[in-house]
Amino acid sequence: MRMTITEKILAAHAGQDAVAPGDLVQVRVDMALANDITAPLAIAVFHELGASQVFDREKVALVPDHFVPNKDIASAEQVKMMEAFADQYKLKNYFKVGDVGIEHVILPEKGLVAPGDLVIGADSHTCTYGAMGAFSTGVGSTDLGAIMATGKTWLKVPETIKVIYKGTLKPWVGGKDLILFTIGRIGVQGARYRTLEFTGPVLKELRMSDRFTMANMAVEAGAKNGIFEPDDAVRDFMKGRTEREGVYWKSDPDARYDEIVEFDLSDLELQVACPHSPENVLPVSSVEKVPLNQVFIGSCTNGSIDDLRMAANFLKGRRVAEKTRLIVIPGSPLIYKQAMQEGILEVLLDAGAAIGPPCCGPCLGGHMGILAGGEKALATTNRNFIGRMGHSKSEVYLAGPAVAAASAVLGRIGSPDEL
Amino acid sequence: MKVKGSAFKFGDHIDTDLIIPARFLNVSDKDELAKNCFADLRPEFADKAKSGGVIVAGENFGCGSSREHAPIAIKAAGIGCVVARSFARIFYRNAFNIGLPILEATMEQDFIAEGDPVSVDLTSGEVRNEANGKTVQAMPLPPFMREMVECGGLVPYIKKQKMKSEVNDIHK
Repeated sequence: MRMTITEKILAAHAGQDAVAPGDLVQVRVDMALANDITAPLAIAVFHELGASQVFDREKVALVPDHFVPNKDIASAEQVKMMEAFADQYKLKNYFKVGDVGIEHVILPEKGLVAPGDLVIGADSHTCTYGAMGAFSTGVGSTDLGAIMATGKTWLKVPETIKVIYKGTLKPWVGGKDLILFTIGRIGVQGARYRTLEFTGPVLKELRMSDRFTMANMAVEAGAKNGIFEPDDAVRDFMKGRTEREGVYWKSDPDARYDEIVEFDLSDLELQVACPHSPENVLPVSSVEKVPLNQVFIGSCTNGSIDDLRMAANFLKGRRVAEKTRLIVIPGSPLIYKQAMQEGILEVLLDAGAAIGPPCCGPCLGGHMGILAGGEKALATTNRNFIGRMGHSKSEVYLAGPAVAAASAVLGRIGSPDEL
Repeated sequence: MKVKGSAFKFGDHIDTDLIIPARFLNVSDKDELAKNCFADLRPEFADKAKSGGVIVAGENFGCGSSREHAPIAIKAAGIGCVVARSFARIFYRNAFNIGLPILEATMEQDFIAEGDPVSVDLTSGEVRNEANGKTVQAMPLPPFMREMVECGGLVPYIKKQKMKSEVNDIHK
């Protein structure tokens, strides 16, 4: 039976030879994830169900990353509750401040996800692990609470949209530009309930960090999951992180797709999503030169060492514009340390950036850089909804690290070409 | 099973940050969440919804984050049902899991206006504008999902099922 990679992973976890789009399947879960916003409700559900044990103490990850270091008493209480749960059920994967980074950065970094895995998280950006050839998707707290108890959940097998990227990329164009461009073309519900399968010769030019960025934002097109066929880049990434091999599924050449979309990216410029939707995408040269109060580099979308390197490349020997604040948050303690060892932190500090501890930061308007009424920001994050980063009269533009760094120096939206 | 109330009208792509902004997510208490439902978009919502109501929206309602706090806030605010042209997938699942009935219906923009009295029959799927008698047919809920909603969500539903099977065991 011809199947896509997503169908093969779902079939394997349902204990079936084959599945087809539309099938409802019960699947076993290799990793269940929740954060400090979603875990408290999931824990309540777990207790209400009368569960006495988690299904596997090594397969539940609780990652407090949204409002840490605890921003207020209420947030502190939520994290305390997670910690108590992790203690009581002897969870192997609870990460306190100091060890913790952004959930979708540290799970792959710590070798907790392998190709072919099925990962369910109470966070919409759980789709990130598709970069490694895993099936991963976000659910709410009730589903996650039940999964913590049973290790199983039900899913509808999604239809797949195959996206084929062709051409040769221009300098500095990366995963963020590809995914913004794609969302701009297909729209924020263009892949609703479906899978985005990223393919094509361009992928060879992309680093793992680019793939993580792209799979991460699949949900911004409404997708259930975004996925890449795992290859040697994934094998290299896995080295030294885990003993597990994983399963390197590939879509059958004659697999059935609901839709096939093809893009030639040879002329693709750096991309920007304008307020207030990730689908309002324009090439940077067509975006108005909006003065910026703040630039943020970080988040589960673009908080990798590659992103920090790209930013440092443009900030080296330059200063952030007088009326603009630059906030940089490395995605994990490991990335933070690497940035220190490579001299990136010094470059950033010399340029006038503020550097925060690994966490989600201002991305969702949590803390560490909330916007006031009327302020405009450019961020390497994933959503620019009304009020996402603070006041409902603030505005957020989304872009990759190259545009972010250049815009911080220019004090307005701009491209590295203008430096 | 019928839900009645005044219509609260919304457009397309109402995201979960609009439904309940993240700054209010440092608590899980449903009544606290209800107070801040649509805090930025419609500050008067929480007060007005207290006497009940039906949300009528466009495409992709509930897009964005996986926060279950969004349907919890809507339900606790007093809303009995959400009818939209379409829903984002995580929100769809979350709504039933916490016992908020939601229905997909193909509606014209002007089918229902803000404040119109609306009744929704969850069994037949009929959505009726009581002001002018116009109706549209939504996809009805299958019996088990209606029962889940009646129980108040997935957890009480599972508990009830468990109890039923235990009672059946006794009678065997």
